[in-house]
Amino acid sequence: MKGERRVLVACGTAIATATVVAQKVKEIAKEVDVPVRVVQCKAAEIRGQIITFDPHAIVATTPVPKDLGIPVFNGVPFLSGVGMDELKAQLIEALKKA
Amino acid sequence: MLVPMRAESATDAIAQLGARLQAGGVVKDSWVQATIEREKTFATGLPTPEVGVAIPHADVEHVLQQAIAVGVLEQPVEFGEMGSPDSTVPVRIVCALAVAQSELLVTLLQRLVEMFQSPGVLGQIAGAQSPAEIVKIFDHHIQVK
Repeated sequence: MKGERRVLVACGTAIATATVVAQKVKEIAKEVDVPVRVVQCKAAEIRGQIITFDPHAIVATTPVPKDLGIPVFNGVPFLSGVGMDELKAQLIEALKKA
Repeated sequence: MLVPMRAESATDAIAQLGARLQAGGVVKDSWVQATIEREKTFATGLPTPEVGVAIPHADVEHVLQQAIAVGVLEQPVEFGEMGSPDSTVPVRIVCALAVAQSELLVTLLQRLVEMFQSPGVLGQIAGAQSPAEIVKIFDHHIQVK
């Protein structure tokens, strides 16, 4: 068993949609029994968080740079419900691989 | 509550709903402009099943009281898609959120997301015959207070 996976959740303000998405990520990690630590941030803080928090994956509801070198997932399906199962499967895969 | 509503664009829809909120003393004069600006950076259109939804809002400093202004458009308008700057979503249900505390916005958003994901609810809202019907649907799903 590997250690805790770190997931960074980013949205425009770090409070609203990020909180909803962060809860989903925690639920999913619990379902598959993967220990996870989730940190929320504003889109503008992503690069700084990569250095300080060193996440295994990023889930964002706002556009993020593509050159981060870390798997980035669009978290909007957790809000709209469309494509949620696919996103869930991809995220689980990424968490298990991390 | 604007049902039915006609708007030419997302900006127009926000301005119309904002005018209602302003008239009700719910938001400051700055709300409409702030919301339109925010929409450019952080779009709020959601590609929900059946009927597209947008949840335009401004920062708490532009808000005086909590309220949601709902507009159901006869013809959809294109809103920017949340998280995808190059895409738009055809939106028929516009929920303009006036929230004065960020913690409350989180709760409201959670309830809204659950409501949007309940099968058939968006279709019910889009097909509602009267504002009262929509109030009933929202009351049923969102009891924030």
